[in-house]
Amino acid sequence: MSAVLEQIFQVGFLAAIIRIATPLAFATLGEMFSERAGVLNLGIEGIMLLCAMTGFTATSLSGSLWLGVLVAVLTGMLMGALHALFTVALGLSQHVCGIGVTLFSSGLAYFLYRLIFGQQSVPPSIKGFQTLPIPVLSDIPVLGPAVFNQFALVYMAILAIPLAAFVLYRTPWGLSVRMVGENPRAADSAGVSVIATRFQAVILGGALMGLAGAFLSMAQFNAFTFGVVSGRGWVAIALVVFGRWDPWRSAGAALLFAFVDALQLRMQASGLGHIPYEAFLMLPFIFTIVAMAVMSRNAVAPSALLKPFRREER
Amino acid sequence: MFRLEVRTSTPAWFNLALPLLAIAATLVLCSGLIALAGAGVFESYGVMFTASLGDSYAITETLVRAAPMIFTGLAVAVAFRAKFWNIGAEGQLLAGAVASCFVGAIPMPGPLAMLLMTIAGAAAGAAVALVPAALRVKFKVDDVVSSLLLNSVIYYALMALIEGPWKDSFSGYPISPPIEDSANFPVLIEGTRLHLGLIVALVAAPLIWFLIVRTTLGFRIRVTGENPEAARYGGIHVERVLISTALLSGALAGLAGVGEVGGVHFQVMSDISPGYGYSGIVVAMLARLNPLGVVPAAIFLAAVMTGAEAMSRATGVPAFLSDVIQGTALLAMLVALLFTAYRIRRVGVAR
Repeated sequence: MSAVLEQIFQVGFLAAIIRIATPLAFATLGEMFSERAGVLNLGIEGIMLLCAMTGFTATSLSGSLWLGVLVAVLTGMLMGALHALFTVALGLSQHVCGIGVTLFSSGLAYFLYRLIFGQQSVPPSIKGFQTLPIPVLSDIPVLGPAVFNQFALVYMAILAIPLAAFVLYRTPWGLSVRMVGENPRAADSAGVSVIATRFQAVILGGALMGLAGAFLSMAQFNAFTFGVVSGRGWVAIALVVFGRWDPWRSAGAALLFAFVDALQLRMQASGLGHIPYEAFLMLPFIFTIVAMAVMSRNAVAPSALLKPFRREER
Repeated sequence: MFRLEVRTSTPAWFNLALPLLAIAATLVLCSGLIALAGAGVFESYGVMFTASLGDSYAITETLVRAAPMIFTGLAVAVAFRAKFWNIGAEGQLLAGAVASCFVGAIPMPGPLAMLLMTIAGAAAGAAVALVPAALRVKFKVDDVVSSLLLNSVIYYALMALIEGPWKDSFSGYPISPPIEDSANFPVLIEGTRLHLGLIVALVAAPLIWFLIVRTTLGFRIRVTGENPEAARYGGIHVERVLISTALLSGALAGLAGVGEVGGVHFQVMSDISPGYGYSGIVVAMLARLNPLGVVPAAIFLAAVMTGAEAMSRATGVPAFLSDVIQGTALLAMLVALLFTAYRIRRVGVAR
């Protein structure tokens, strides 16, 4: 046991947790905005994959990392708009559309990647983001090197959490998002455009999913592989529920998952423990399913989630 | 100014016209990608067609791929009829594969092994599908999310098995030990991979159609899906119907896994299903949730998958085009379905 504790308090371990949590935090916040407005986006898995591909490609061709990030974000917004077009404007069933968007985006990602890079024995890679130590703060013992000697995208994720909470709870737009997610009819009566607000929220969500994808292919792996997302989108769906549709709790859930994941990686590397690593990977899903059952009494999900809004229908 | 108007009834020819319209739209949209790849559109689709449906061997290969998607398509169609949103056919398929492989590895007479594999696979799929249904009935847990998340749970459980205690000691790869030779499903036509599972799938489709359209359970499933309040008012135990639907749906998805183990791979590996569970959603939607329509819809998707590989070799267009076609077809079909609920009317500008 002491060996395990020693591992936990290593700087490298803490840094790994932060790194693993970063794409999950982006994706979870993105999904949260969408769901708070009443739109479940099961396209997240495919959108992250497509954004990881477009971001990587843009960087690979231009040599500019930030151009890659921009392209990934724009791709995410575009796919968010597509999902919103189907689910918000046309009012089609959100879960089936989401699966459609995931199938479409991942197919497109594979297709375009193969078209641009061909079939190579060694997958092409880029010189990805380098760590950017923050002066003074990175000198704090333990916490400094773990948190303040990270990629720029990590700092963006850390800043995104309070920012998301501020936008959602303290701005008029955030209020509109919550209204159209809870009671679109009332929001409509109050002069809030349900359609426009939902579109904006889903597109913002797509932008955040784009950042998640960009982090994976441009900071974590520095390459695009077909397994670059490998279920992280579904994890984000789970974390939103687990985090009760709240930015702070969702980010906390991402951090908790990252801790378990990092622990699992360490245990595998050190040959410690006889529990198969898959058991850890299963945990967030099982926890979420159990949590949904426990939480079901006090309904915390946005009331209008999965419900399309048509003004004419009463 | 155009506006959508609610339709009260839909003409019967819509059942055929809408999927064809969706498929046509899909092929037109995806031809842009073929052009982007610098290949001829008609040539590419031509190769795709010949390689999947052009000769008898190609047809058998397409049918081998169609079999699991007929099962997952039926699984999704049955579930969606009752508005039990089973997104978990993928996990149920994997569970069915594991259970049937486990049984198939036990030495026993061939026919008995096949029977027990089928029962075990169906039961395992049903057991997995029971979880989201029971959670919805007991705790009002959203079945979309729970059934989707279960896919990941089952996948990691399968990985833990084949990388751990169940790892094939002979090959050393993360694959399960093979089933007994005697348990291999009989091949229907010598020299092809066409196996017994396809027959079961082709029999299952009309049976499920009969069940949905002509039996009491089928009636209850439909009413529960269309109007749960009316169902309850009419004395239907909605919760019980949802559980029955889930068991049936899961069992069908499990059978997809049985066929893949008994007739195609003879063991379990991590990529035993290239997303057949998700394809089942595409199949079911193209079929407009009609079990008979599931068969041609599954054959269409299987043909696209089989043909895409040959197209890639002949024209250099990446075979991943088939994945794009699947996604596009699903979205196009959903849009096409709008025509069943609404009609587009021209109205005056004044409101």
